[in-house]
Amino acid sequence: MNKIDPWDSPNANDRQLSVDEAKILDQLGLTGDSRRKFLSRVSAASLSVLASPFFTAEVFGKAISNNPAASPEELLNVILVDLRVNDTVKPLQLDSRMTLLDALRERLQLTGTKKGCDHGQCGACTVMIDGKRKLSCLTLAATCKGKEITTIEGLAGEDDLHPMQAAFLKHDGFQCGYCTPGQICSAVALLDEAKEGEASYVTEAVGEIKEDIQLSEEEIRERMSGNICRCGAYNNIVQAIMEVQSGEETPARWEFASAEQMKKAKSS
Amino acid sequence: MRPFVFTQAQNQEQALAAAAANETAKYLGGGTNLIDLMKEDVERPSELIEVAGLGFQEIKSNQNGGYTLGAMLSNADTANHPDIRRHYPLLSMAMLSAATAQIRNMATNGGNLLQRTRCPYFYETSMPCNKREPGSGCGARNGMNALHAIFGWNEQCVAVNPSDMCVALAAIGAKVQVQRVNGTTRTIDFSDFHRLPGDQPEADNTLQPNELITAIELPKPAFSKHYYYLKIRERSSYAFALISVAAGLQIENGTIVRAGLAMGGVAHKPWKLTRAEEFLTGKLPQTKNFEQAAELAMREARPLEDNEYKVEMGKKAIVRALTQAYEKNA
Repeated sequence: MNKIDPWDSPNANDRQLSVDEAKILDQLGLTGDSRRKFLSRVSAASLSVLASPFFTAEVFGKAISNNPAASPEELLNVILVDLRVNDTVKPLQLDSRMTLLDALRERLQLTGTKKGCDHGQCGACTVMIDGKRKLSCLTLAATCKGKEITTIEGLAGEDDLHPMQAAFLKHDGFQCGYCTPGQICSAVALLDEAKEGEASYVTEAVGEIKEDIQLSEEEIRERMSGNICRCGAYNNIVQAIMEVQSGEETPARWEFASAEQMKKAKSS
Repeated sequence: MRPFVFTQAQNQEQALAAAAANETAKYLGGGTNLIDLMKEDVERPSELIEVAGLGFQEIKSNQNGGYTLGAMLSNADTANHPDIRRHYPLLSMAMLSAATAQIRNMATNGGNLLQRTRCPYFYETSMPCNKREPGSGCGARNGMNALHAIFGWNEQCVAVNPSDMCVALAAIGAKVQVQRVNGTTRTIDFSDFHRLPGDQPEADNTLQPNELITAIELPKPAFSKHYYYLKIRERSSYAFALISVAAGLQIENGTIVRAGLAMGGVAHKPWKLTRAEEFLTGKLPQTKNFEQAAELAMREARPLEDNEYKVEMGKKAIVRALTQAYEKNA
């Protein structure tokens, strides 16, 4: 960000704000006096926290990609891969040992895909490779030549979230959020599998083939068993997936307690 | 992970030649087990030869009236292939009980046959294990062995084969096709493919060095109507079997004319229950016959200190799997 440090000025009126900061305050509805009061109270640190949603992945990506990548001399058994991720191709020089997960996070700064166990047991690193959900921690980047990789960063449209992302928000399908990118990628692929009529272990008659199957709660739980959520948000995750699959809006099972409800709860 | 050379073979000749030129090279299929074991420093290949792109992705009918599965096809695509679901639902069911959707999308059929035991002493490099390090001893023999073998083990190794797919293949009676470096091929009966530990617990199977699995041959379908894969585990999904039973019955005019039975989680190889199969042939599909078959099957069980439960659980699992298979109608 290009700006003069405003926090040195004793007078808030003199402070110059960056475009991002001005935008935040506009969105918060803080203008004129209240804006000046707010600015005199707020610390630089807390403003950057407020600003974080306004940094695009592009801003972060550019900033970080200025860091020198590992030089080829540090790599062993170098392989060249044109990694195609979310419709963008990046030519990379990689150590043969590098997993797709590490290539995404450390070389392409696509840190939405998470490293949980790194042993194929938790599903946090789930991405889609040629449309199939797979574990990026057990996939060598070297094996991804010519393949189409979709990560959590590639799901949303220009202005709108992917319906699955929106449903996870609505139904509160997470607590800490660490497993969420993997859960969502997995859930998106799951819907395609259901459309294709793929069976699971709990499907009643494996031999009967039907397309476009409507998944029961039991089916969703079985088919999502590769994505572990340590916070235990499973009920809400299932709820979110059921809503997207059925296309029928279902009310969220949770809401913020009203002041009255809180009062009642305290007195009882 | 230790450094290794990555070789992307363009065709099977190249793959076989690369393997022949380096005795510490390994073929790489889906990598779900091998890459993990390399991270754990259990497997230490100096070269990985990628074979996933060599073809062998088809499922086609064969001259025995059955179907042949390409070795590089994924477990998910195999289990969900319409011909497999219709004619070998027992195989589909077993394969779908395994691992997770993500892992089934990655794992190949050939790789599934080669997956290694999940014995914790095999995985933990600070522990003795004759399979990982021949001559170092067996940590599980007198250690924590609740998950281990009750059949065919010896003092050198009490590990079990972890595959679900292989239990169904044993019940169905498959064959494994392999390609050799000199261009010849070989077909191995499924019951001869995996081996018991004997005095070579490091060898899980009878493949010769460099041999490449290209296909799995299935016989004419017999159990498309009456089948069940029962998998008993510590949680209801995404866990290895404590005990599993693949049961297929061919019933004509109310009589069993053919039975396919195999058990997982009990031995160093998928455990075919030949005696029980023979007993059931010609009998009526009744509980008392199922119970007798189960008694016969478990008669030679030799539990370890912590896994005596597997004997009783095994009997009940066989009866239940047979009952489910009988009651299931397509």
